[in-house]
Amino acid sequence: MTAPGKSPSPPPAPEEFGDPGTLAARLAVKQRAGGIVIPILTVVFALVISIAVVAATQHSVHTSLVAFKEIFDGAGLNWIAHPTTNLQNLAAYNLSQTLLQTSTLILTGLSVAFAFRCGMFNIGGQGQYFVGLIVANWLGVSFAGMSPLPHILIAMVGGTLAAAAYAGIAGVLKATVGAHEVITTIMLNWIAFWTVSWLIGAGGPLQNSTDPTNPVSNQVAPSARLPDFWGAQGFQGVHIGLFVALACVVVFWILISRTTLGYEVRAVGFNPDAAAYGGINVKKNFIRAMAISGAFAGLAGVIDMLGGATNYQYGQLDVPFSQVGFIGIAVALLGRNTALGTLLAAILFGGLLYGSFHGLGSSSVIDPTLASNIPYIVQGLIVLFIGADVLLMSVWGSRKKLRWRSSKPAGASA
Amino acid sequence: MADDLVLEMRDIRKEFPGVVANDAVSFDVRRGEVHALLGENGAGKSTLMNILYGLYKPDGGEIRLNGKPVSFSSAREAIEAGIGMVHQHFMLIPVMTVAENIVLGTEPVKGGVLLDEASADRRVTEMARTFNFAVDPDALVEDISVGQQQRVEIMKALYRNADLLILDEPTAVLTPQEASDLFEILRSLQREGLSIIFISHKLNEVLEIADRITVLRRGKTIETVPREGATEASLARAMVGRDVLLRVEKAPATPGDVLLEVRDLHVRDDRDIEKVRGVSLDVRAGEIVGIAGVDGNGQTELIDALAGLRAIESGSVTIAGRELAHSNARHALDAGIGHIPEDRQRRGLVLEFSIAENIALHDYAKPPDARWGWIFPKRMVQRARTLIREFDVRGGGPFTAAGGLSGGNQQKLVAAREISRDPAVLIAAQPTRGLDVGAIEYLHRRLVTERDKGRAILLVSLELDEILSLSDRILVIYEGEIVGEHSGEVSEEQIGLEMLGGREREAA
Repeated sequence: MTAPGKSPSPPPAPEEFGDPGTLAARLAVKQRAGGIVIPILTVVFALVISIAVVAATQHSVHTSLVAFKEIFDGAGLNWIAHPTTNLQNLAAYNLSQTLLQTSTLILTGLSVAFAFRCGMFNIGGQGQYFVGLIVANWLGVSFAGMSPLPHILIAMVGGTLAAAAYAGIAGVLKATVGAHEVITTIMLNWIAFWTVSWLIGAGGPLQNSTDPTNPVSNQVAPSARLPDFWGAQGFQGVHIGLFVALACVVVFWILISRTTLGYEVRAVGFNPDAAAYGGINVKKNFIRAMAISGAFAGLAGVIDMLGGATNYQYGQLDVPFSQVGFIGIAVALLGRNTALGTLLAAILFGGLLYGSFHGLGSSSVIDPTLASNIPYIVQGLIVLFIGADVLLMSVWGSRKKLRWRSSKPAGASA
Repeated sequence: MADDLVLEMRDIRKEFPGVVANDAVSFDVRRGEVHALLGENGAGKSTLMNILYGLYKPDGGEIRLNGKPVSFSSAREAIEAGIGMVHQHFMLIPVMTVAENIVLGTEPVKGGVLLDEASADRRVTEMARTFNFAVDPDALVEDISVGQQQRVEIMKALYRNADLLILDEPTAVLTPQEASDLFEILRSLQREGLSIIFISHKLNEVLEIADRITVLRRGKTIETVPREGATEASLARAMVGRDVLLRVEKAPATPGDVLLEVRDLHVRDDRDIEKVRGVSLDVRAGEIVGIAGVDGNGQTELIDALAGLRAIESGSVTIAGRELAHSNARHALDAGIGHIPEDRQRRGLVLEFSIAENIALHDYAKPPDARWGWIFPKRMVQRARTLIREFDVRGGGPFTAAGGLSGGNQQKLVAAREISRDPAVLIAAQPTRGLDVGAIEYLHRRLVTERDKGRAILLVSLELDEILSLSDRILVIYEGEIVGEHSGEVSEEQIGLEMLGGREREAA
């Protein structure tokens, strides 16, 4: 019917419409068709409903809109109106904090996305993040006095590899005994959490030597700290971890699209039977992809430790209680498990998190408890909508069909 | 009686973006007849039936059912009007019983809410007896054979009082025996006054069961002919639009060295049941060896073992002089195996991958596709372009997802990949399953060409016709053992008998 090799490629023959294929396969095709429109719709829907929820609880649409304006400003996005590099400017400071949050989420998002591309659901980002944190802290404390560049590299590589090995456990269990990665990574999360708690707890091996009563780790030596590239005296600046995260976006894309490793990962992710038939070692790929996924999450912990936090305090900093590993799941889902998509989704969630906690949280527009939960409401809605994205797509699809019908003169044919 | 039309479809038109799927198609069905709708994949058969069944809305034309114009906007309305459709892929719930599946959606109820199982059972049993279905109403659907599941689908339609039954490629999933059982059932339905639309692209079946035959080609009605006077050749010409070679033309084989040597091979399946029980065979360069057998007699496990996809319990496989040391697909590929797998969608292709990526499935890590772990997509695309042209893969370019191609083109894509790797041994498992006449002709010719180039070809097929017309030597497999070998003329009956293990019975 159509000449071969002609582009753009023709639509599938109508006979294929009712054809079988797995749900995942159909989703993949539809997702490709939905492109960037669906994620944007997802976000818009989630925001609209969140605004409605706040309006309902506060009995005022106006309050709700003000609250979301506060989130916007709190994330520092109003900086665009008055750009300045002076961090003493509130908008500039807020923006810098949003960028810090975004750096972490880029990495935890890439972590989840990479495992997804190999057909696995890594819920262990949080645990792998802890492993990265604590190993970076240990290495950052240990070699005090070393010159900065090698010290930073040692701490970064060490923390990343430790997290990769830690995630690799889930990969090995899946490949050898078939234990499902969802179960094992959740278990590994708790193992990591309590191990770290013990390490820095009273009498623990990594507990602060000058403050033996508090569950706090030592401070990372100055030589291992990531330098700020945008900062001011007395203010927390933006460290070069942001560039590490951005570099990882590129690394992710190259790995997936331009290497044999990525080819194997994608083949196994789409169809392990066909991959095995093609001569690909499926089990090896489970282990390797899980380790790489863990490396991304671990690196998130590393830059948080060497950049902003510098020590680990049980119950004091929000680091141990952060949810960045879990938010990475939403980031990856919204970003469609692609490099660029994950980056964009991380920016959105970074702004939302910081903007709600510190913009809305510090103002008194709405109840602070509600304010601090807004990012989770939005996150939850986004995850829900992504799950329902077939529904959204069919809404989108029928809209397009209507347009097609009305714009096309009857009887015209190719 | 000729005007006792159950169904009339006049000048049906249906367009999809860029494609006219049905172009002024006219089609009618008389009461009590089996009317075959014949055409290649993509000819517009399914579109036409989906319009009739209310799944698509036609862009033009008229449908009359029992003389009254109708326009269904959903399958439910079509069902209520007495149309039943049995799809190629069954829509049954495996964990429920036959009776439950049949009544599902229209369950007889007692007391307003409770399923009246006894009454459901009784009606189903009654129906099974009337039409001689031979299906146990209490059996779970997952436990019965594919042929029986199909009967359940038919009973489902009858239960909803269908008097016009649409069967979409019903024999595609059946063994020859099951197919002839199905034909018996269709004849008994016909005697009860039902009208049947039989969609197919298999010429011999259509000639066996149909009263009239309508041929579609590229969305247009080509002709409607009575069975009398129609021949396979005339129908094939109408379908494809040119003369088709139904018999494979081939010169006598000139076998060379043994390229595939299997000795006393034992293989177990996933449930640890021994499915290959001491198979020994040789395939020489320049010959096609066909393995005939009823489905499930160890063919799948045998092929998987040869391709390194399943552990060998004992015995040896030697490919072009290299023994497969352990089961490893990479090892088998490197030793010179080419493998057209029996399930191209599950195994032969990554449907989400582009054509170019699928062509690279075995050699993605080797030059020219890749070097030191780095992939060169442009080279993959270039190779894909060449192969698309050489193997006449239609429906897309190198960047088209394989899942968007028709079955025939998917199979050509698999064949292109396997043959282009220049394998010493080519295993073709069910190479033409579900394909139309044009694609079958192409693949058969190609296999013979590759044989003449000196490849050793092992053909495994459930279609006896295919085995008989292509093979230089025929082996018959029964319960995991080779029970017969023929190299000269042999009758279909003889092989059919051996396929059912008949030789042992004869000897006894």
